[in-house]
Amino acid sequence: MRIGIGLPNTVPGCDGSALLDWARLADAGPFDAVAVLDRLRYDSIEPFAALAAAAAVTSRVRLATMIAIGPLRTPAALAKQALSVQALSGGRLTLGLGIGARLDDYAAAEVDHRTRGAALSRQLAYLRGPVAESGVGPAAPFGAPGIPLLVGGTSGSALARMARYGDGYAHGGGPPRAFASAAAKARAAWQDLGRAGEPLLWGQAYLAIGDPDAGRDYLRDYYAFTGPFADKIAAGALTSVRAVRDVIRGYAEAGCDELVLFPTSADAGDLNRIAEVVDGGSA
Amino acid sequence: MEVSIAGAGPAGLYLAILLRKAGHDVVVHERNAPDATFGWGVVFSEETMGALRDADPRTHLEITDSFARWSTIDIRYRGEVLRSTGHSFTAISRRHLLGILQRRAAELGADLRFHSEVDEPPEADLRVAADGANSRVRSARFKAKVVPQGGKYVWFGTDLVLDSFTFAFRPTEFGLFQAHAYPFDEHTSTWIVECAEPVWRRAGLAEMSEEDSIAFCERLFADDLAGHRLRSNRSLWLDFPLVRCPSWHRGNLVLLGDAAHTAHFSIGSGTKLAMEDSIALAAALDRHGTDLAAALTDYELERQPVVDRFQQAAGDSAAYFGRTGHYTGFEPVQFAFNLLTRSGRITHGTLAQRDPALVRSVDAWFAGRGPDAVAPPPLFAPLLGLPNRLAAEVSDVDSAVARAEAGIGLVLGEPVAVTPEGRLTPDTPLFEEAAWRAYAEKVREAGARLGLRLTHAGARGTQGPLVAASPVPYGPFAPVPTELTDLDGVLRAFADTAARAAGTGIDLLELDIADGHLLAGFRSPLTNRRSDEWAKPHAFPLAVFDAVRAAWPGTLSARLTVTDWSPKGATIEDGTAFARLLREHGVDLVHIRAGHTRPDFHPEYRRGYLTTLSDRVRNGAGVRTMVGGYLTTLDEVNTVVAAGRADLCLLADPRPGAKP
Repeated sequence: MRIGIGLPNTVPGCDGSALLDWARLADAGPFDAVAVLDRLRYDSIEPFAALAAAAAVTSRVRLATMIAIGPLRTPAALAKQALSVQALSGGRLTLGLGIGARLDDYAAAEVDHRTRGAALSRQLAYLRGPVAESGVGPAAPFGAPGIPLLVGGTSGSALARMARYGDGYAHGGGPPRAFASAAAKARAAWQDLGRAGEPLLWGQAYLAIGDPDAGRDYLRDYYAFTGPFADKIAAGALTSVRAVRDVIRGYAEAGCDELVLFPTSADAGDLNRIAEVVDGGSA
Repeated sequence: MEVSIAGAGPAGLYLAILLRKAGHDVVVHERNAPDATFGWGVVFSEETMGALRDADPRTHLEITDSFARWSTIDIRYRGEVLRSTGHSFTAISRRHLLGILQRRAAELGADLRFHSEVDEPPEADLRVAADGANSRVRSARFKAKVVPQGGKYVWFGTDLVLDSFTFAFRPTEFGLFQAHAYPFDEHTSTWIVECAEPVWRRAGLAEMSEEDSIAFCERLFADDLAGHRLRSNRSLWLDFPLVRCPSWHRGNLVLLGDAAHTAHFSIGSGTKLAMEDSIALAAALDRHGTDLAAALTDYELERQPVVDRFQQAAGDSAAYFGRTGHYTGFEPVQFAFNLLTRSGRITHGTLAQRDPALVRSVDAWFAGRGPDAVAPPPLFAPLLGLPNRLAAEVSDVDSAVARAEAGIGLVLGEPVAVTPEGRLTPDTPLFEEAAWRAYAEKVREAGARLGLRLTHAGARGTQGPLVAASPVPYGPFAPVPTELTDLDGVLRAFADTAARAAGTGIDLLELDIADGHLLAGFRSPLTNRRSDEWAKPHAFPLAVFDAVRAAWPGTLSARLTVTDWSPKGATIEDGTAFARLLREHGVDLVHIRAGHTRPDFHPEYRRGYLTTLSDRVRNGAGVRTMVGGYLTTLDEVNTVVAAGRADLCLLADPRPGAKP
């Protein structure tokens, strides 16, 4: 299993220099990828802009959206953003897409949330086909071995969408046993579509080692729109190096290909703490 | 901390005990009198008893002093009694349990206020709603989903003292009735009667008085009750309410037990889950001290996965009891095995641990041998000339040979298109006699049999001008097919290919009426918008089937979408009716598929996600079925075939495969 690190692009107050510090440290460290989240109505940096900036100061790591809320953008505009990052980074983009869970983002984007599932399917179908002939460039193929496409979501129809259009599954986070159960469903969906092999499986978790209380406060704020679930997400944050080790082991056993650890603060302390864990060979 | 609890059922009282022991002040409000209780006995597992012992040894001792224990399950069906051993149950009178808990709570200094009706637990540091499945607190303050689950049921007692957990099945002119019964003290047993809603209505129970309904049930189960009476305790026919609530706490208010979640009575876990909730909540409060929000979150995080698992099993069990009318043709031993494995918690493998004698008799019966014979597990029984019940889909000769050598009985080769425009991808082969003759020989040498699927991609094709039942594209940006006009040509292409396949050594032919391909497209209202004679969903697929049946003398399978899993699509009832037609027209096997009629459908992926559909088609239409649906273990295969849910299983490849 590979370990990726999240950039603090959705941590309020994260400025350009903090973001780039994270990216540089990740590129120099034992991490496979840097990844970003997507939120419109929040004090956060746009995911493709963040990855473009990261591309400029890194040479090795993959650049991933985990996930970007596809339907907030038109298919062509999304393709343009993704292709731009792919070109700027020398082909290091992994594009994770989902519908997100925030209706206020759809309202702000003036996009109908009721058809967001169908919109995401349409967008994925566009990336898998017509974009190549559309004149939207710099042209690059979507789908592995070009730009790998990850698809998120938990419903049966989301998993069917993942199996039809994706190269893999972007899980939304939780304890290893929740990941294992989702992974079994993703594999079932994959075989149901008659696809060979298995989907790529990406997981994620939050780090709050340096200042657990501040980290949990951030998560309660970021996920306030989920109501009572914000507390559960906050309670799941990894607040010790030992918890990180346990989760890495649990995800690896469940067949995860890449676990992305997201920060809850722009302070790079947690990154340095887990770099040792990852370097220590648990990956 | 000051705690107020609404509801003095097992969950509320047990929490009161545990919190008093931790030094909190507890007030319990109960609208009824201390001795007013509904229902008769409640069941616990060994595991729960262990948890109760650790949490409060005193009540554990009193409970174990007075409960009934047994290890057998009796299944009364078709005049026979099948007994399964090795299970362990305990049960106690609900009234007696409440008495023990009330005394203990009072002795520890909890303030128990009976006849105290509250809309919500009164203001306190922590407020607990343990007010049952119909919780008023939940409906006022939480976003829960409550839907009726399973059939109609009524909860009686009887003075017949059973020595087993007993399931009794009684066919009537109205349909099948069943009793779930178990002892809970030296004098009394619980006797729950259940039937499907239409059966209940036909029997006139909807209009019957309580006395008449008891008399009806007593007559119905007279033989099983052996002269004993049923006793009522406000025993009315009910719908079981399935309660699911995404969150169990809000501020300092928390839901406990049935107020938060229910699990269908047929797996006997409601009280167990409720008291385990109390233990988890008390432990979380202990761990987190004054941080109430963290404690309540922790309680939910710990309990929700457990509850999810039980609700899944309970849902499968309730659905089984809703279908029992379909199994009345089963031999008693298979009927029993199907019943015992209904919820997925017991499998062929785990039952063999608990009750080796029963599993040996199931295996012997399945192999067609005498009751004392030693027979291999069910998956090794031959069927339709195939060496066993395992099938696998492969993409080339090498993997076919590898799977055959590994022991798979039937390998299904890559689908073959009957016309060039019917290819699924540019690589889909057309039929080539010599190649398939050699293929079949290699597979046979490796010990297996070869299946060939004939397909026409229809709207899902990629090659040239597409044809389909109607000009409906398969998903966004897909090409719009033209309406098929040369139906006769397509029919002849299927029949000709089938005729050429005959005599090549291929053992099984499969006709593709699934996955949104051409023939499946005719079967669904989502994709068949024709106005000619082929608007009838079954007409063209059945015509092609007949032509193929006439051209192919060997084993013929139909790969069939049995439900579209889409609103306004074809349903499982449509699929079962079509499977019945296919049986009348000579099909040997129906290969169960679902969804994919359009790319946006609503599956429920989990292990064995097609098994229930297979069960319904097999036992509703009277056909043999083959099923996949991510079955990865041989234990699942043994369970599925022995229980009569399918006849052949596609084994998913559990190898960590090549990733893209």
